[in-house]
Amino acid sequence: MNLTRRGFFRIAGAAGAAGAAAAASPSPEVRAAAVPDDPYGCLVDLTRCIGCRKCEQACNRVNALPEPERSFEDPTVLNRLRRPDARAFTVVNRYFPGRLDAGNQLVPTFVKIQCMHCQEPACASACIVGALTKKENGTVHYDVSKCIGCRYCMVACPFEIPAYEYHDPVTPRVMKCTYCYERISQAGGLPGCAEICPTEAITFGRRKTLLEVARKRIRDNPVQYLDHIYGEREVGGTSWMYISGIAFGKLGFIDVPETPTPRLSEKIQHTLFAYLWSPILLYGLLGGIMWTSRKRGPHSEAEEGDRR
Amino acid sequence: MSHPPYALKTRFWTPGVVVLAVLMAAGAAAILARFIGGIGYVSNLSTARPWGLWIGVDVASGVALAAGGFTTAFLAHIVGRHYYEPVVRPALLTAMLGYTFVVLGLLIDIGRSWAIWKPMIFWNFDSVLFEVAMCVMFYLNVLYIEFVPVVVEQFKGRVNLPGVLAGLNGLAESLLNLADRILGRIMWIFVIAGVVLSCMHQSSLGSLMLVAPTKVHPLWYTPILPLLFLTSAIAVGYPMVVFETTLATASLKLDGEMRVLGPLTRITIYLLGLYLALKIGDMVVRGTYVHLLEGTAQTNAFLVEMILGVIVPWLMLLSERVRRNRRALFAACALIVGGVLLNRVNVFVVAYKPPVSEADYFPAVGEILITVGLISTLMFIYRFLVTHLPVLSAPAREVSA
Repeated sequence: MNLTRRGFFRIAGAAGAAGAAAAASPSPEVRAAAVPDDPYGCLVDLTRCIGCRKCEQACNRVNALPEPERSFEDPTVLNRLRRPDARAFTVVNRYFPGRLDAGNQLVPTFVKIQCMHCQEPACASACIVGALTKKENGTVHYDVSKCIGCRYCMVACPFEIPAYEYHDPVTPRVMKCTYCYERISQAGGLPGCAEICPTEAITFGRRKTLLEVARKRIRDNPVQYLDHIYGEREVGGTSWMYISGIAFGKLGFIDVPETPTPRLSEKIQHTLFAYLWSPILLYGLLGGIMWTSRKRGPHSEAEEGDRR
Repeated sequence: MSHPPYALKTRFWTPGVVVLAVLMAAGAAAILARFIGGIGYVSNLSTARPWGLWIGVDVASGVALAAGGFTTAFLAHIVGRHYYEPVVRPALLTAMLGYTFVVLGLLIDIGRSWAIWKPMIFWNFDSVLFEVAMCVMFYLNVLYIEFVPVVVEQFKGRVNLPGVLAGLNGLAESLLNLADRILGRIMWIFVIAGVVLSCMHQSSLGSLMLVAPTKVHPLWYTPILPLLFLTSAIAVGYPMVVFETTLATASLKLDGEMRVLGPLTRITIYLLGLYLALKIGDMVVRGTYVHLLEGTAQTNAFLVEMILGVIVPWLMLLSERVRRNRRALFAACALIVGGVLLNRVNVFVVAYKPPVSEADYFPAVGEILITVGLISTLMFIYRFLVTHLPVLSAPAREVSA
C-alpha cells in the first residue's frame, strides 16, 4: 500500500467531508410517522357477535377480493379455526369456551380477526422501504409501489397477520386489512365490516371515544364483561380493540407485551447510528492504526511462525 | 514461501467440477420454477413462516462466512502483518463471491426481484434491514474494487481480447493502467471502509430479529444479539480462511500453507473465546440456562450449536499439536464454520416460532436445490478464477510429499 503522509491527510479530509455530508442528511431520529394522537378505531364487542360472517362478505366485496371457495352462508366453514390470508383480510372463528345455556348446550363465542392497526406497528418499523406506514387516521397503510417483497413485515408482526401472494411469480403483494383507508378518509365513511354488522358488534369511531364506550359497557354490566380491553395497552395500543365476557386467552388471543415490539431494535439502531457517529469514529480509529503500522516491512513477521 | 500469487492454469474439468455443474443445473431448474410458479411453488414458506432456508443460509450464513475478507484485510493491511498476505487474496475472493451470492439469493427470495433497487430511493431509518441492505450494497462494491488489482496484475500489458473485441485492446489496456495508477494510492480508503461496513452490517444482521421479541426463543433472543453476531463473524473469519484454503489446496494439489494457517488460528483462540464468554455470560445474566435441558428441537439445536460448534473446536485449538496438524486444524475450523452456520440458521429459522400457527417448517426440495445450486455455482466460479487469476500463492505439492 503506497501511503504517503500528505496523501493520507488529503484523502482523510475528503472522507471527513463525505461523513459530514452524510450527517447533514435527514437525522436517523426522524420517524416516518409519529404515533397518531386520536386515530379512528374499531371496538369489537364479542358478546354481541353472532358469527353471521357478513363482515367477511363485506370485506371481500369492498376490497374486490377473489370469490371464496365456500359461500359466506355456509355455516360449516366455522367448524375449523381459520387465519386471514391473501384471499381474505378478515375471518370469524367460533370457540366453545365451556359456557352452557339453559338447554345444556355449549354457547359459542365468535371472534373476528384482522390487522389490529397498531399504534406503533412493528411492520412499519421493519419495512425496508417504508411501504407500510401509520396514517393519521389510524390506518397501517401498505403502499405496493414501494414494496420489494422482503416479507420482513411478516417476520415483525406480533399478531401474525400480513399474508403474501406466494404464487404470484413477479408482482406478489403483502395482503392484509386495509382498514378501508379510502372509505374512512371520506366524511362519515365506515370500514365495510363495521358498516354491515347487523348486531353492532363492531363500533367505529375515535379511539379515545371508543375506550370510554368500552369502559362504560364494562362498568354498567360487570357480570357480562371482563375488565380488560384487549388492544388498549397491548403492544402499545391498537386501533382495533375487543371486549369480552370470556378470558381472551381462551379465544385465540395471544399474550403480547405492553411495550411496542419494535422498541428495542429501534433504540439500538438510533443509538448506534445517529449521525453515523459510530462508523465515522471507527473509520478514524482504523485509519490511525493503519497510519501507525504503515512502516512494517513486507515480511517483518518472520517470527510469527515461531511464536505459535 | 515468499511465492507471489499466481494463476494456477491447471486442468479445469475434474470429476468434482462435473458434479458441481450437475448441481448447478438442478438449481437453475428450481430457480426457473420459482420465477414461473412463484415462491410458493418451490418453497414451504407461509404466512406464519415468511423466512426460511434462503434467508438462514444463503443470506445470513453467506454474510457471516464471508467474514474472512474483512478480518484478513484488517490483519494484513490495517495492522500491517504482511506475513499473512498469502491468505488475503483467497479470503477476498471468497468474500466477493460470497456477497455476490448473498445478493443473488436475495433476488430469488424477495417477491419483487425487479424492485431490489427501491431501498436506494425509499429510506426507512427505523428499519434494521434498510441499514443492512445499504451496507451490503456498498460493501459489495468495495469488494469488487479491492479485487481489481488482481485482474490488473494478470492482464496489464497482456490484453488480448478474442476476435471482434480485439479493437478494444487499447482501451482495455489504458483502463487497466489507469486503475493501476489510481488504485494503489487510494486503496486504503476502501480497505478501511470494508472493515467499517462489515462491522456495521455483521452486527445489524443480529438486530434483525430483535423486532420480533415474542417470536424468537429466549435462548437466542437477547439485546446483545448484534454484539454476538459481530463477535462470531470476527471469530469465524480465520477458521473460514483455513477451511476454504485447505479445501482449495487439497483439491488443487497445492501446498497446505500450514505456516500461515497455524499462527492465524492462534488468534482465533482469543476471538472465539470472547464469543464463548459473551454467549455464556448472556445466558447466565438473563437466566436462560433453565431452558437448556428442555429437550425440544429448539433447545437441542442450541446445545449442538454451542458444544460442537464452539466449545469443542475452541478446546481443540488450545492444543498446539492440533494447530500444527493439517487434518486436525481443518476439523476444528470446519466445526467452527459449522457452528456459526448453525447459529445463523437457528436464529433465523429454528428459534422462530409463529405466535398463533403451529406451522412446523422444513425446507422444500425446491428451496434446497436452489441453495445447493447457488453454493455450487460459487465454488465453480472460485475454481475458475483461481485457475486464471493470481489469487493463490501456495506452490504445487511436491510429488514425494
